[in-house]
Amino acid sequence: MEAALGLLRRMPPKQSETALSALLSLIPQHSSDLLSQVDLPLQVLRDIESGKDFILCEYNRDADSYRSPWSNKYLPPLEDALYPSSELRNLEVEANDIFAIYRDQYYEGGISSVYMWEDDNEGFVACFLIKKDGSKSGHGRRGCLEEGAWDAIHVIQVGPEEEEMAQYCLTSTIMLSLTTDDESSGKFGLSGSIRRQMKMELAVADGHLCNMGRMIEELEGKLRNSLDQVYFGKTREMVCTLRPPAEIVQMRLPDT
Amino acid sequence: MADEEDELPETELSYDQRKEIAKWFLLNAPAGEINYVAKDLKAVLSDEEVYNEAAMEAFPVYNKSHMICLEMPSRAGDVIVSSYSEITENEYLDPRTAQVAIVDHVKQICTKVRPANDEELPSLYIEEYRYALDAEIQRYVSESYPKGMCAVNCVKGKDTEGPGSDFELVVIITAMRLSPQNFCNGSWRSVWNIDFQDESQVLDIKGKLQVGAHYFEEGNVELDAKKDFQDSTIFQSADDCAMAIANIIRHHETEYLASLEVAYSKLPDNTFKDLRRKLPVTRTLFPWQNTLQFSLTREVEKELGLGK
Repeated sequence: MEAALGLLRRMPPKQSETALSALLSLIPQHSSDLLSQVDLPLQVLRDIESGKDFILCEYNRDADSYRSPWSNKYLPPLEDALYPSSELRNLEVEANDIFAIYRDQYYEGGISSVYMWEDDNEGFVACFLIKKDGSKSGHGRRGCLEEGAWDAIHVIQVGPEEEEMAQYCLTSTIMLSLTTDDESSGKFGLSGSIRRQMKMELAVADGHLCNMGRMIEELEGKLRNSLDQVYFGKTREMVCTLRPPAEIVQMRLPDT
Repeated sequence: MADEEDELPETELSYDQRKEIAKWFLLNAPAGEINYVAKDLKAVLSDEEVYNEAAMEAFPVYNKSHMICLEMPSRAGDVIVSSYSEITENEYLDPRTAQVAIVDHVKQICTKVRPANDEELPSLYIEEYRYALDAEIQRYVSESYPKGMCAVNCVKGKDTEGPGSDFELVVIITAMRLSPQNFCNGSWRSVWNIDFQDESQVLDIKGKLQVGAHYFEEGNVELDAKKDFQDSTIFQSADDCAMAIANIIRHHETEYLASLEVAYSKLPDNTFKDLRRKLPVTRTLFPWQNTLQFSLTREVEKELGLGK
């Protein structure tokens, strides 16, 4: 299992789906472990009834059907499926609405979905997902990207309320890939993924959504900066190490 | 363990299928990481036979495509393993020392060398051009690349005795920086095809640059950049051609590096913004606390009939 994860870390991030399915076929006995530990680019389905897209993940899946956060129905329809309680569903509805606005503010496009369900510890788990296609042909406002994908998965475990406080444990995963293609720099592609955790104990009086929203915003911002400065920065450093910029390069002239 | 028919149960893979998967992992290893991939792969496969056969098939392809440099015994220097210097799958010509290196692909070492025989070497006429170009390229590489390796091979027309025919030389420049303890590896590969066209007395130059970097400390990020180039110059004496070609290569590669830098500097404020902004247009964090704002939005939505 360790070895399998090691392999996935080394394969090109753009090929992570192929790598994962290759591993699943080699070691099917570990498939549930692999699927739970590895994130793949998010898939989307259209909820015809509400006319909106929603994101697919393990958290809204039951058998081979997925529950739309807009209509709360499974597609394709499923008998005896799992649903959140009506109280949680109300929170889920509000979360989807607010998160859509958040998404629009930061992503200027894209698709978001929030799913919630009760967990065994009298708390609940919420999953906030965002998928953005930033390419020129997608929602890329500035037309910089030939290809660009950002997938964010935020899973928050909310503990039961104790003395007006609750424990929030957030695990965020960002997967991204971007490619520019122009005259001077040719094809330039960066892709990768990172995952971080954040735990906080906050007052329930502020509202679960507010608490969760703030944590997500903070961690997403940190991850974005980290990807940009640290991760991409390291690859830039590496290029300069391989071939330092030649400030003083003399063209060799034929000896006269 | 020979492969079976198509009616296998879904979860059961044939020998050949497992071998193909194993090869895929090996071939997709980033520069300098094939041995780490091999180690993990062996653990996942837990089948020596499949692994060994996959390795025998995958390593040569990987080594040639990454143009790995192997040290030749008795301090003769390094030989670059590439499709341009290949004599047979396990033998690679080092034109600079006129030797053929015999290599073990899976172990990635040069086991021994032998002098190249006449059929493997270019003619004196070609060698004049090859040698002059090699000298210029070596100078360029030692100036510009802290740890670069280069070679010039003749891939077409190597038996040409004198003017009157076309021939083709290939310049390879490769540099690798491996820092696994810092979780960072990178490689630079340039391949320049120089087509010496006798009739038009023109050198047609085509270049392909490929840069890769992999950083994987608590995460996994990869750079994959490539560019093609086209240029030309006139057919002159060996020394003059060599200088012209080296200047052209130097010019394009330097320019490319500069434009890579530009691409990187545009990232935080431009390119990345198409994916996610650093802050909303309001330049403030999202007003989670502001429930009044939400009700307002909700009212507006309802009024405009935008609700669900």
